[in-house]
Amino acid sequence: MFCSILSAAIYGVDAVPIWVEADVSSGMPVFSMVGFVSSQVREAQDRVRTALRNLGILLPPKRITINLSPGDIRKEGTRFDLPIAAAVLQAVGEIPEHALDGVMLIGELHLDGRIERIAGVLPSVLMAREKGCRICLVPAGNLREGRIVSGIRVTGIRHLHELIQFCKDSSLPPSEPDPVSEPEKPAAQEDFRDIRGQTPVIRAALISAAGFHNLLLSGPPGSGKSMIARRIPGILPPLTPEESLEISRIYSIAGLLPEGQPLMKSRPFRAPHHNISAAALCGGGMIPRPGEITLAHRGILYMDELPEADPRTLEMLRQPLEERRITVSRSGGTFLFPASFLFIAAMNPCPCGYYPDRERCSCSPREIELYQARISQPLLDRIDLHCSVPAVSYADLTSPSGDVVSSAQLQKKVTDASLIQQERYQGESFLFNSELPVSLLNRYCCLTGEAARMMENAFSRLGLSARGYHHLLRVSRTIADLEHSDSICEAHVSEAICFRRQSRHT
Amino acid sequence: MQKRNYILDTSPELTRKIRLVEKYRSDGTINPAYPSRLLPYGQMPKALFLIGEFPDPSKKTAAIVGARSCSAYGKAEARRFAACLASSGVQVISGMASGIDAWAQRGALDVRGRTFSVLGCGVNVCYPRENYSLYREIAEGHGGLISEFAPDALPLSWHFPIRNRIISALADIVLVVEARLKSGSLITADYALDQGKTVYAVPGRNDDPLSQGCNRLIAQGAGIATSPEILLEELGLPVSKNKEKEKREKQIPPEWKKTGEFRKIFTSLDSREITLSELQEKTGIEIPQLCLVLMQMCMSGYAEETAPGYYRKTN
Repeated sequence: MFCSILSAAIYGVDAVPIWVEADVSSGMPVFSMVGFVSSQVREAQDRVRTALRNLGILLPPKRITINLSPGDIRKEGTRFDLPIAAAVLQAVGEIPEHALDGVMLIGELHLDGRIERIAGVLPSVLMAREKGCRICLVPAGNLREGRIVSGIRVTGIRHLHELIQFCKDSSLPPSEPDPVSEPEKPAAQEDFRDIRGQTPVIRAALISAAGFHNLLLSGPPGSGKSMIARRIPGILPPLTPEESLEISRIYSIAGLLPEGQPLMKSRPFRAPHHNISAAALCGGGMIPRPGEITLAHRGILYMDELPEADPRTLEMLRQPLEERRITVSRSGGTFLFPASFLFIAAMNPCPCGYYPDRERCSCSPREIELYQARISQPLLDRIDLHCSVPAVSYADLTSPSGDVVSSAQLQKKVTDASLIQQERYQGESFLFNSELPVSLLNRYCCLTGEAARMMENAFSRLGLSARGYHHLLRVSRTIADLEHSDSICEAHVSEAICFRRQSRHT
Repeated sequence: MQKRNYILDTSPELTRKIRLVEKYRSDGTINPAYPSRLLPYGQMPKALFLIGEFPDPSKKTAAIVGARSCSAYGKAEARRFAACLASSGVQVISGMASGIDAWAQRGALDVRGRTFSVLGCGVNVCYPRENYSLYREIAEGHGGLISEFAPDALPLSWHFPIRNRIISALADIVLVVEARLKSGSLITADYALDQGKTVYAVPGRNDDPLSQGCNRLIAQGAGIATSPEILLEELGLPVSKNKEKEKREKQIPPEWKKTGEFRKIFTSLDSREITLSELQEKTGIEIPQLCLVLMQMCMSGYAEETAPGYYRKTN
């Protein structure tokens, strides 16, 4: 007897429908699986057979063939255990025919029949809604995540016998998700109040957060580069609902959604170590999984000790920084991952870290040149804000905390500026100044006469590239937004220039 | 692979220019093409390789040498001294090392002066590679590239101290701009004293390691090079007055009078670079306004950014 059940596979950042077909025929008693399955999926046969026997269902000594269709998409993971079990049950006549029509099933099985949570439920349910399914059966542990999608019935099941029960009399298991103690929101421990001195750096961080402009911090060891970078997530503008869904989808696929928290409520902060491989950074695998830059989508990718990273890996960032997405081509297909992230990097200016302080730095010009050349000019060109973080003086370090700015004050400014941007870019496909396409720069960035003169002057003096000029305009736009100014004045342009890297050799 | 830090130029147009000048002709008499300034001293090479020309013995010649890893201040001073000397017709000799040497030669070329490099490698080798544009410019007829080592000779470390004796011998005076206590420039100064030349040093702060070599030279009796005019006087050349006046006028920018912020920032800037943070602390001006004024000053040439985020007053 033949039957077919709908399930879903993760393909890039999307889910695609997979039909799990089962057939029981006379022949040698074997359980064979076909359909371009990975060994993870192939192991399902043992889990399914054992789980069914533990429920008291003995499979007939016949040839059972499972096919996962379409056969040209590679299937990975443990999400097909449940649909395979259902297909086998239907094929051997344990559950009625047509009981699972219009139902999408995903889930992993334990040997005793319990159903375990899996990754990638959110995009699968979205796919099921598109396919017009009437109900989605997902592991109970993923119920909250599945419930985010409106317009389709999503039910969580805990055990295989709940599935059998449902098929026999259409009775749904209790549909309330497991009560999960809301993780207490950790009090913001990292606040800009902890930073003493470094006023220009905090200003650069503010501009960076307000317009999503990439930031490079360079300075001697121990001056607080990482400390400042780790505080930037706390001042970013809050997530819009669409952004939140976008991020949750990626995190669902990566299996990184925290239990009991179906939607990502804060912007991601990814800080990979500098020994990261190219595949881990950009996404990789036979069917590519999202890399760090995709996980940092709508959030921050922070790379400490930038020159220590493999230059070839770093150069991979060039395209995503410009296009805000990355194309990963593998044997399993070509995938487009979103990668619109705020790139924050930290580095020492030379091997010993103290350049240009000649009293402490004894590196030769050649050493400094080689060290700085590890980060290529095209990559530096894509970083709008360059800020040197000098060592902090004792007087600053011990100063009273009266005149320091708190993260709350900074976030207020950032939120105001981001509201201005959202209003201005209503109807456009982007949110922040840094995403402003070149074709619209003229419409949204009007310079005053003085500002234009300053810009012209800077263009020739700094030897700017066309890209450099566009980046400068976008940063000036953000600074003007921070000051609630419609037009871009000389002060805004000069501040943008001030934070732009200038060539060392004149 | 690490890039080699020299460029071996084997282009035919350069190779064609290489000349070998021997001290003695085949009949045992002195070759008139050999620099006459080297004749009085012993231990001078029997032959020199040359691209371009030797310094003109009838013109005044100054050697400007100093540290390779120099400060922005040293760099600006080397350039200024060289430019001023060269515009009065003084030939500038140096070793074309990175840092002070290169900036002094660059300064001479800025005012279309003549400058000569005594190399520690073959004349068709440019070391370090960052000086390649300077090297080409000199080779194209703005002075000469001189070496006692054969063409293609690599820049080996023992070449450099010994070529210093030629630098000092070719010069009338030797100026040391920045030098640490253990510096190759002090070897040049020692040679100069042995050869009876005048040594000048640009003074610096006591606590600045890059000036300690210079300060010690001064303590030992070297001349104090407070301005290029002092060197011109030493060389017996006329000092043009209007240049000094011009400089003084430049010291008082008209914008100063406009705002107090200009004055505050200008007086807080120093010839030694300071960071934006320090400047902000010193002046107490908010960052946006500070950036505006600072950028205006950079654009009109009163200040410059020496390394990312480090600013200094230009002189």
